[in-house]
Amino acid sequence: MSELIRVEDLRVVACGERGETEIVKGVSFALEKGEVLALIGESGSGKTTIALALLGYARRGCRLSGGVVQVGEHNMLALSEQQLQSLRGNRVSYIAQSAAAAFNPAKKLIDQVVEGALIHGLGTRVALEAKAIELFRDLALPDPDHIGQRYPHQVSGGQLQRVMAAMALISDPLLVVLDEPTTALDVTTQIDVLRAFKRVVRERGATAVYVSHDLAVVAQMADQIVVLNGGQIFEQSATAPLLKGPSHEYTRSLLAAARPDTTIRPPCGIAEETPLLTIQGLTAGYGNKNTQGMPAIRVLEDIDLTVRRGQAIGVIGESGSGKSTLARVVAGLLTPALGGLTFDGQPLGGSLCERTDEQFRRIQMVFQNADTALNPMHSISTILSRPLKMYFGLKGAALRERIGELLDLVRLPRSLAERRPSELSGGQKQRVNLARALAAKPDLILCDEVTSALDTVVGAAILELLRDLRQQLGVSYLFISHDISTVRALCDDIVVMYSGHKIQAGSRQSFAQAPFHPYTDLLIHSVPELRQGWLENCGTTCGELPPIGPKANVAELCTFLGRCPVRVDGLCNRTAPSRRVIDGGSEILCHHDSAELRKTQQDLITLNQGAYA
Amino acid sequence: MNSNTLWLIGRRLGAAIVTLLIVSMVVFAITAVLPGDAAQQSLGQFATPEQVAALRLKLGLDQPGVVRYLHWLMNLLSGDMGQSVSNAMPVGELMAGRVPNTLMLAAATALVSVPVALLLGIGSAMGRGGRVDSFLSFVTLAMVAVPEFLVATLAVLIFAVNLGWLSALSYASDITSPWQFMRTYALPVMTLCCVIVAQMARMTRAAVIDQLDSPYVEMARLKGVSPMRIVLRHALPNAIGPIANAIALSLSYLLGGVVIVETIFNYPGIASLMVDAVTNRDMALVQACTMLFCTAYLGLVLIADLCAILSNPRLRNQ
Repeated sequence: MSELIRVEDLRVVACGERGETEIVKGVSFALEKGEVLALIGESGSGKTTIALALLGYARRGCRLSGGVVQVGEHNMLALSEQQLQSLRGNRVSYIAQSAAAAFNPAKKLIDQVVEGALIHGLGTRVALEAKAIELFRDLALPDPDHIGQRYPHQVSGGQLQRVMAAMALISDPLLVVLDEPTTALDVTTQIDVLRAFKRVVRERGATAVYVSHDLAVVAQMADQIVVLNGGQIFEQSATAPLLKGPSHEYTRSLLAAARPDTTIRPPCGIAEETPLLTIQGLTAGYGNKNTQGMPAIRVLEDIDLTVRRGQAIGVIGESGSGKSTLARVVAGLLTPALGGLTFDGQPLGGSLCERTDEQFRRIQMVFQNADTALNPMHSISTILSRPLKMYFGLKGAALRERIGELLDLVRLPRSLAERRPSELSGGQKQRVNLARALAAKPDLILCDEVTSALDTVVGAAILELLRDLRQQLGVSYLFISHDISTVRALCDDIVVMYSGHKIQAGSRQSFAQAPFHPYTDLLIHSVPELRQGWLENCGTTCGELPPIGPKANVAELCTFLGRCPVRVDGLCNRTAPSRRVIDGGSEILCHHDSAELRKTQQDLITLNQGAYA
Repeated sequence: MNSNTLWLIGRRLGAAIVTLLIVSMVVFAITAVLPGDAAQQSLGQFATPEQVAALRLKLGLDQPGVVRYLHWLMNLLSGDMGQSVSNAMPVGELMAGRVPNTLMLAAATALVSVPVALLLGIGSAMGRGGRVDSFLSFVTLAMVAVPEFLVATLAVLIFAVNLGWLSALSYASDITSPWQFMRTYALPVMTLCCVIVAQMARMTRAAVIDQLDSPYVEMARLKGVSPMRIVLRHALPNAIGPIANAIALSLSYLLGGVVIVETIFNYPGIASLMVDAVTNRDMALVQACTMLFCTAYLGLVLIADLCAILSNPRLRNQ
């Protein structure tokens, strides 16, 4: 028997009020030493449950009910709790999804990294700490000698994820289980973490099981892919053949949904010339205001933006870039410190009490998380009837008819009207969320990461719905996302934000061809592509940045200076960048012109779906 | 410990002082509007209006409220709590005779109840959903539900009357040996423990369970950490804040809210002094007692907050 890991007919049951339900239904796979196997599927497919079963662990309310999980010479399902304790964190280790939550906030990182190995008696504290520092260095963590002395909240998310990898690898385990280790990270951070993982896994010859919902990420990491759905294996093969010619229908739909901009395109000719919403010189932030009325933490700086009637504008940027704050200002939830908003020719008040009912009705917001945005105690019809009663005074049969129409509009069966949100699936809830906004017959819908919490296939369906609604109703969108391909699938124009500044704005087409703003270039080339070897060959590097001298004391210096691969000493750290129009029609905030930018940049290659289908 | 922490602690301290000042105003205002006049009360029903007026003048009751308040506050700050009208003694002396008793009872109860409560709380959190947990839940709930006078009366009936092991009354003054101390304090301490252990144990259980459900505890289990170590090294440090607050709330009750226990065991504590003061319209004494309770309460909550701050690196090194 050459394989190191053998899972045979694994069954896991969940104990609910109505007895036990099987959530993993007889899964089998095997894996040889030094191989990386990926478990891929949507939420509820059982991928995390299977991953945890590899450590002989089942979450509260679940039970490993049958099968064999052979790791090396141990059958994990036949061992006692004590025996499992001595294997976990020793021969088998785990890297959790959210490092921010998986580290104990009250303990120093180094203590947590060496804790497991220390308990298992794998060395003295001094030796283990030295080994941890070596691993920190291998994983390209900054200041590897001292980073362990920090507490989890003092380290960024991407770094924490790598510290967790060090924690998993310190015992030289037979098997490492990685559970969505990069899902919570920004794409630009994800690429660094993936590189670090890949190098360490290869150098140490570790065998790994990688759990993910993202095929493109998996394509970079795995030798074998297991596609799961509903606790069953749908397809299982080596990575290359699975990407080229998936045999199962479900795998094909996963591939298609992975990059929605390859299948969905925004409709043409909907946008009119008349501006609907104009934002001028907007500055806003949080915290106490100083004497000039400026908030302590400025999140948005001097933003100009125009949304034309019927147009969809996408706003992208990483977490902390201020994109959600922009939506909050437009919705009236945050009063701007400077600058003004104009809606359909009328000035739009900064705070809610300065707005008219009509302005409320015409601007609606759809929140990211439908679970928290919908009142769990109200039925769907109650949720939808409130805006209808409030804005249109509908009653009785007219009200019921309109609710039915709204459900038709978002392609939900009318029979769902009397259900509660908890009885619906994630995608259905997001449709109700959308219908609630549409009930007011708005002119502008603010969509804040509306597909981010959804599985890719479900999210792609929501995108299609949004596109069709725009075509049908002529509604405008301000569509906020961290994912360029989602934005490209829906929006005519795209705005890129970085730490509160608008650093590039242009048409959808201008985001396919160089030149870009250096940050845009980093952002769009950090999105993993659905082909093997992308991670090794992609242009964006985490290499050395050009050296610069100290920063001049100028308030408006480029905010991307600290990460920019094409920064120029004496220019970028001395004077504020200006807005300029580059080839392709985009406006950027940068010192470089088109010719200089193009020297280091590549076009964005968007492969057609046909390449793998 | 750095300047930020000191600043945070300083702010909490300042807030406590401001609260105390507001409390002093409220206490003074409420005692001022209570029906009954101290002069009338001390002279009795048959005093002539002239006598009452003369005493009012002597006590300064004819002056405006604000002046009287400031006068009272100044005296309070300089340690003079005024004259108890009904006892014809300085309030300070009266309280000095009672405060040590109350503190002794509170300390003895805290010493017994806090470790017991922590053990019960952590124990039931570890065996969540199991038999031990259900049993402890039932017992603690029952203890919360039974009124303390019933517990006290039953305890007296069993241990003092039927078995005759302990004295039914607790005179704190005649203690000469540890054995006597035990005999004197056993019943009141036991009764009070029944009341507050339940509260603290339930809060501890909730706080620890909250931490046990967090992803970092799952991570620790997947590192092969034993259940005992998980609770002691991982969950407990993060649960100190809520536990300290639950303990502070329970202990503050021991300082002012134990009238029934003091009455049943005839224990000369501060709570019964205050009740007497209220029935006698002895305003100076009521005010002083109330201020003492508030100070103790704020002090305990402050200590709990400090525990929470110092146990949380996020607050400690802001």
